[in-house]
Amino acid sequence: MSTRLAVLAPSQAHPTRAALFVANDERMHWHDKALWFVRQKRDKAAASVPEWERLRELASQIKTHTLIHLPEYLEAFEAKARALGAEVHWAKDAAEHNAIVLGILEAASAKRVVKSKSMLTEECHLNPFLEQRGYEVVDTDLGERIVQFRNEAPSHIVLPAIHIRKEEVGDTFHEHLGTEAGASDPQYLTEAARGHLRAKFMEADVGITGVNFAIAETGGFVVCTNEGNADLGTALPKIHIACMGIEKLLPRTRDLAVFLRLLARSATGQPITTYSSHFFGPRPQGKLHIILLDNGRSAISQSPEFKSSLHCIRCGACMNTCPVYRRSGGHSYGTTVPGPIGSILAPARDPQAYQSLPYACSLCGSCTDVCPVKINLHEQLLLMRHEVTRQGFLPRLKQLSMTLAGFVFQRPRLYAFLGAMGRGFARLLPTRWVNNRLNGWGRQRDLPPLPAKSFRALYRNRKPPR
Amino acid sequence: MRVGLFIPCYVDQLYPDVALATLEVLESVGCEVEYPEAQTCCGQPMANTGCFAEAVPLARRFVATFAGFEYVVAPSGSCVAMVRSHYAELLHDDPSYKSLAPRVLDLSEFLVDVIGVEKLPVRPFAYRVGLHQSCHGLRELRIGRSSERMLENFNKTRRVLERMTGIEFTQLSRPDECCGFGGTFAVAEEAISCAMGNDRIADHEQAQSQVMTAGDMSCLMHLEGLIRRQKKPIAVLHVAQILAGRVPEIANV
Amino acid sequence: MSSRSSILTALRARPRVPSPAPLPALDEPFCTYPDPLAKFAEVLATVGGKAISVASHAEAQRVLQSEPAYRDAKLICSLVPGIGAPNLDLLQVADPHELEAVDFAVAPGRLAVAENAAIWVREADVPTRALLFITQHLCLVIDRTMLVSNMHEAYAQLELGKAEFGVFISGPSKTADIEQSLVIGAHGSRSLIVLVVG
Repeated sequence: MSTRLAVLAPSQAHPTRAALFVANDERMHWHDKALWFVRQKRDKAAASVPEWERLRELASQIKTHTLIHLPEYLEAFEAKARALGAEVHWAKDAAEHNAIVLGILEAASAKRVVKSKSMLTEECHLNPFLEQRGYEVVDTDLGERIVQFRNEAPSHIVLPAIHIRKEEVGDTFHEHLGTEAGASDPQYLTEAARGHLRAKFMEADVGITGVNFAIAETGGFVVCTNEGNADLGTALPKIHIACMGIEKLLPRTRDLAVFLRLLARSATGQPITTYSSHFFGPRPQGKLHIILLDNGRSAISQSPEFKSSLHCIRCGACMNTCPVYRRSGGHSYGTTVPGPIGSILAPARDPQAYQSLPYACSLCGSCTDVCPVKINLHEQLLLMRHEVTRQGFLPRLKQLSMTLAGFVFQRPRLYAFLGAMGRGFARLLPTRWVNNRLNGWGRQRDLPPLPAKSFRALYRNRKPPR
Repeated sequence: MRVGLFIPCYVDQLYPDVALATLEVLESVGCEVEYPEAQTCCGQPMANTGCFAEAVPLARRFVATFAGFEYVVAPSGSCVAMVRSHYAELLHDDPSYKSLAPRVLDLSEFLVDVIGVEKLPVRPFAYRVGLHQSCHGLRELRIGRSSERMLENFNKTRRVLERMTGIEFTQLSRPDECCGFGGTFAVAEEAISCAMGNDRIADHEQAQSQVMTAGDMSCLMHLEGLIRRQKKPIAVLHVAQILAGRVPEIANV
Repeated sequence: MSSRSSILTALRARPRVPSPAPLPALDEPFCTYPDPLAKFAEVLATVGGKAISVASHAEAQRVLQSEPAYRDAKLICSLVPGIGAPNLDLLQVADPHELEAVDFAVAPGRLAVAENAAIWVREADVPTRALLFITQHLCLVIDRTMLVSNMHEAYAQLELGKAEFGVFISGPSKTADIEQSLVIGAHGSRSLIVLVVG
C-alpha cells in the first residue's frame, strides 16, 4: 500500500489515504471512538483544575518568552549541564544527530540500545540508521514496541499503536514473543511484553530517551513516562543519551509546575504521568550525553506566523480532538507528527511535499481550544494554506476556480446573472444528473430544491428599488 | 437602528427563505433593515483556500458596501468571523475596516448583545430540537462556550431559541463536534467530510431530534444534503427560520 | 562554523525587538485543598495506588504485614529503618542489575502532592535508583507534614539543581497502549502502597 501511495501527487496524498481509512466504516468508527474517549478523559481532568484556563495562558507566556530568548537560554543550559557532568552535543540536522549517536556507541563499543519514546528520534529515523549498522535498537514503550515489531511507524505521538486492534497485537506477539495463538487479552499481552523487555533492559549497553522539558537555570531535564521504561533504560545501562529539540527549554524549575500540571491531563486525562524523572547530570559511574537538535526549528522560530508551533509540548490533545484525525488515522498524514500540529510542522519545512496537509482540516478550531499551550493551530493551518498558495503549490484547477470566483464576485450583476442561470439550468436537469458521481458535492449529498428566485430578487420585489 | 443585512452568497442563491426570515426577525425587533445589493461574497472560499490575493478585493468591496451602517448582521457565524477576524490578515490596519469590524455581528449575538432577547416575540415551537453548534460562531466569535474550554457555560444561540415556547433541546453525545462542511474541504476531503456529517446526524438520531437547527446555513446545507439523500426523518431549519415562525416539515408528528 | 554557532546564529537571524513577553512570576494563588491528605488518598486511588495512614513506624510495619504483595515477597529491600524486614542490603549491591529479583522495596518520599498523588523521591535517599523501577512492588513512606496541595508548592519546596536525580512517582507503572485498556504493571512496579506516617 505504501509504495502505491508514495507516488500520489502531493495534493492528493491526504484525501486519498483518508478515503481508504474511511472505507472501512466499522474500523474508522472504532478508531474515532477510542480517541474521543481520550478527549473525554482530558475534559474531566481539565475540569478538575479550577485555574485550567489560567495555566494555559501562563504556559503560553512562558513559551513565548523562552523562544524569544532561546539562544541565551540554550547557552545557559549548556553551561549548567556541563557543570553537572553531562556532555552536550549540537546537531544541525537529523544526519548530524544520528552521526553523534553512532559516535557515542562506537566509542563505548556498545551494541545494544534500549530506547524510550522519543518523537525526535522518529523524526531523525534513528532506528533504521543504527540497525543498518548492526546495532540492536529496542523500543521499550509498549505501543512503540508493537509498531516496531510490525515494521510500522507510530500513528499517534502519545498512543503509537492506537490504530491497531488487540487481536492484531496478539498475532504480532504470537509471532515475535511466542504468546498463545489467538490470545488478545491486553493484560496477558502486556505481561508478555514486560518479560521480554525486562531481558532487553538487563542486557542493554546504552539507554536513549527523549526529553520533555529542559531547564536553563539548572542544566537538568525531565522525562515523563507511565510505564517506567525511560527509568529502567537509564538506571541499568551506564550510558544515557538524551535527545532533545532546541525548543524544549524552560527558563526556571518553577515553570515545570505549570507544564506538568497541563501535560498528562491534556494527553491522557491523568493528573500526572506515573514517573516524572528529573535528571541532573550523569548517575554515579555513568555517562550522560545530551544532544540538542535543530533540524529546521531555528528557521521556524524566525517565522512570525508559525513560530509558536514550537511551543508544542507533544501532548497529542489536538489529535484526539481533531474530527479529521480521528476518522483518517495518523498514517494518512505521512509525517512523523500527524494531526493538526503535524500539518503545520511538516509543510513549514517542505510546503510542496506536504501541500495537502493544511487542507486536511475543516477549520473547526477545536485543536486551538484544547491546546494546553494555546497554539492558534487552526489559524496557522489557514495561514499555511496561504503560504502553500503564495509559493505556487496550489493545484492549478483549485487556483483557477478561485481566480474565476473572485472575478465574478467583484461584479454583483454578473454574479446575480450567473446565479440565476445556474439555478435555472440545474432546475431543468434530472436530479441524478446534478448529483452525479463526478460531482464531489453530489456523490453523497443532495442539493436543496433550487428556488426560482434568489433573495436579492425577492427583496427587490418586496421594496421598490431606491 | 439602521442595520445592514449581510446575506452570504450561497444563502442568497440557494436559501432565500433564510435571508427573508432574518430580515423579518430584525424588523420584528424594530430595526430599520437594508440589504445593499452591491454585496456578493465575503471572500471566505478564496481566503480559506489560501488565495488571499483573490480575497482582498472582495474584502475591500465588503467594507465599502457596509461602512455606513450602524450594525451589519448576518445569519452566519462563519461569514461574520471571516469579516471580523480574518479580514485583518487581508486589510491589516485599514481604518474603515477597523471601525466596521466590531459592528459586524451574527444574528444570535446581535439579538442577545445589542437588542436584548426579551424584545423577541414569544412564539410556540413545540418540537424536539437538536442545536448544532457551528464551529466558527462557537470558536471564533465565541457565541457560546466550546466544550474544550473550562469556563462558565453560555450559549447565545440557545438563549434566543429559548424564547420559543414548548421547545425541547435534545441531548447530543458530542455537544459541539464539527459537521465536516469546512467550505472547499467538503469537496476536497469528501470522504472525511461526509463521514463527519453522518456521525453528527447519527448523534441527532439517537437524541431523537425532530428538528436540527444551527446558526450557519453552510453546516445545514451539508447535513441536509446527507439527510435528503438518505431520506432521514429529521427536518432542518436555520435559527432565523424558527424565530420567524416557520413550521418544520415533519413526517409522523 | 560549528553546528553550535550556526544554530545560535540562525536563532538570532531576525533582529529582536525588546522582549514584549516577560516571564510570569507564578506567585499567584493556585488551587489548594482544605484537607490535602484526603485529596491525596482520593487521587492515589484513581491512579492505581493505595494510601494508608499510620501513627508510627511500628504501626506501618504491622500494616505492611497484612499486605499480600509484602507477605508473598521473597527478596525485600528497605531504605526506611523499622519498616519492612529487608533481606538484601543495598550497600552490598555494586551493580544495579543485581536488583533484578527484588520483589518488594520500601523507600522514603520527601514530598507528596495532593492534586496528583505524586511523591518526590530523591537519589540521596535511594542511592541505587534502579530499585524504584525494577522492584515488583513498591512502598513509599512519607510524613504527614510533607503534603502540599499543588505542584507550585512542591517546586517551591524542592531544592533542585544539585547533581542529583529525583522523580515524582504517582501510582504503579501502567500502560494503555493496547486498545486503551488500562494495565497496571508495565515495566515498573506492579503496585504502590503509600504509608503516611503521623
